[in-house]
Amino acid sequence: MTSAAPGIPGTPAAPSAPAERLRGHYGFAQVARMEWIKLRTLRSTWWTLAITAVGSVGMGVAIGFNTRNAAGDLTNNALAGMVPGLLFTGVLGVLAMTGEYTSGTIRATLTAAPRRVLLLAAKSAVFGAVTLALGEASAFVSFFAAGAALRHGIAAPTLGQPGVLQAVALSGTSFCLIGLLGLGLGAIIRHSPAAIGVLVGGVYVLAQMVGAFSHSAGIYMPILIVGNSISTTRTECVTGPGNGAQCIHFLSPWTGFGMLCLYAAVPLVIGGWLLARRDA
Amino acid sequence: MIKARGLTKRYGTVKAVDALSFDVRPGAVTGFLGPNGSGKTTTMRLMLGLDRPDGGTVTIGGRRYRDLAWPLREVGALLDARAFHPGRSARAHLAALAAANSIPSRRVDEVLRQVGLDTARDRRAGKFSLGMGQRLGLAAALLGDPGILLLDEPVNGLDPEGVRWIRDLMKSLAAEGRTVFVSSHLISEMAQTAEHVIVIGGGRLLADTTVGELAARSASLEDAFLELTSGSAEFRAAHRGPA
Ligand SMILES: Nc1ncnc2c1ncn2[C@@H]1O[C@H](COP(=O)(O)OP(=O)(O)O)[C@@H](O)[C@H]1O
Ligand SMILES: [Mg+2]
Repeated sequence: MTSAAPGIPGTPAAPSAPAERLRGHYGFAQVARMEWIKLRTLRSTWWTLAITAVGSVGMGVAIGFNTRNAAGDLTNNALAGMVPGLLFTGVLGVLAMTGEYTSGTIRATLTAAPRRVLLLAAKSAVFGAVTLALGEASAFVSFFAAGAALRHGIAAPTLGQPGVLQAVALSGTSFCLIGLLGLGLGAIIRHSPAAIGVLVGGVYVLAQMVGAFSHSAGIYMPILIVGNSISTTRTECVTGPGNGAQCIHFLSPWTGFGMLCLYAAVPLVIGGWLLARRDA
Repeated sequence: MIKARGLTKRYGTVKAVDALSFDVRPGAVTGFLGPNGSGKTTTMRLMLGLDRPDGGTVTIGGRRYRDLAWPLREVGALLDARAFHPGRSARAHLAALAAANSIPSRRVDEVLRQVGLDTARDRRAGKFSLGMGQRLGLAAALLGDPGILLLDEPVNGLDPEGVRWIRDLMKSLAAEGRTVFVSSHLISEMAQTAEHVIVIGGGRLLADTTVGELAARSASLEDAFLELTSGSAEFRAAHRGPA
């Protein structure tokens, strides 16, 4: 500290009027504004969001470009990039919470907004809104870009076809819901590596193992929900060529969506409960 | 007015704060003295509601911290450890805090100027020196123009110029009628700033008196402090003989 000159000695704190009495009290709107400023003033936020969107759209385009079978679920194919993309928003969600603890910002945050459940609600709302917007944008752009990339005379699906709009719109929620799952895990675990480990291990590794072990349990795993339940336009069994009816059951789109909401809500509720009870 | 009554905090088997009761009055700098590990930071964290007490209460103007309507406009706090994200600029950090309490954004630039960080305001705070980080913490404390200031070892890491500056700042804040509660483990620092002192050791209240009265108890203020805390200093150097 050599360059910056200290303030003029003896200058009182506030040239402005001492604390003009404000009515009411701070609430959700104020805390949400704080959280929005905190989120947008970290460069890592923008990098992560950009990589997530570009990556998921790019994957949809690549799959569209290489599609040869017009009989496949082209909408589901176009949305395939959402599955790897949600890992990024999940990790971003973890860091939005654990970053407060590793940096010590939590102390400043809680002195400004000591009502902790309100704080977590505002943080979730802001983070959820940003990732929902990104997810919907990614899903719709993927859908149209993948359709435009189709070759071999395969016609692009349109939003007016049965189940297509629903599949695209529901897939767009996955970034937000897995992001909130990360946020909730961050609030529970508080340490970045551990919380990221639980998120990645739980969403990817554990889900794969459960899926391989038992398909009836596997269909409840977030990846299979995002990859199949909510992103499919097919409600009937897929009839494979030559080997008869090949019925692979997944959760229905809305059941799958409900499960994802639970995956987001349960850790957030537990995290909020712990946040309110533990020392910061 | 800050009132602590029977404040107690345990960390496992350590009693960090033990049945502490005292008042901190407005219009004066009140020093909060105690050796390392005596419970000063813990007491401040309890005042701010960051930790929950195992017993007792602490209120600010009659209310618990978490019940304050606009916390930063009522209490400004500087804790002993950094409380900002290394990737965020000083200005963004303060702007976020200001938003939470509807503090006008011009205050952000005012406090940055006041603590001498206006030229560094857009730099990532992770690159700040210890003293600059301390100044940012102080800027956050002053942001809401609060009537009560809780400063935990504020001179840590400051250059002599900064030490002089913060001393004058605390005195002028108190002269305006504000409550200034400042912790230190350095008696000499407090002798130059505080009118009133609260001395703790091992989490317990040892004295709650004026600087003049404490100094009169022994040959010097330092001697009086060492006598007072001799039975409780947690991390005493092994070679130090009896007082
Ligand atoms: N989070 C914590 N977990 C366990 N022990 C703690 C914690 N915080 C403080 N302590 C212990 O409580 C005592 C008081 O610490 P502290 O309030 O930081 O003292 P001071 O600020 O006066 O140096 C010390 O023995 C310290 O080791
Ligand atoms: Mg301390």
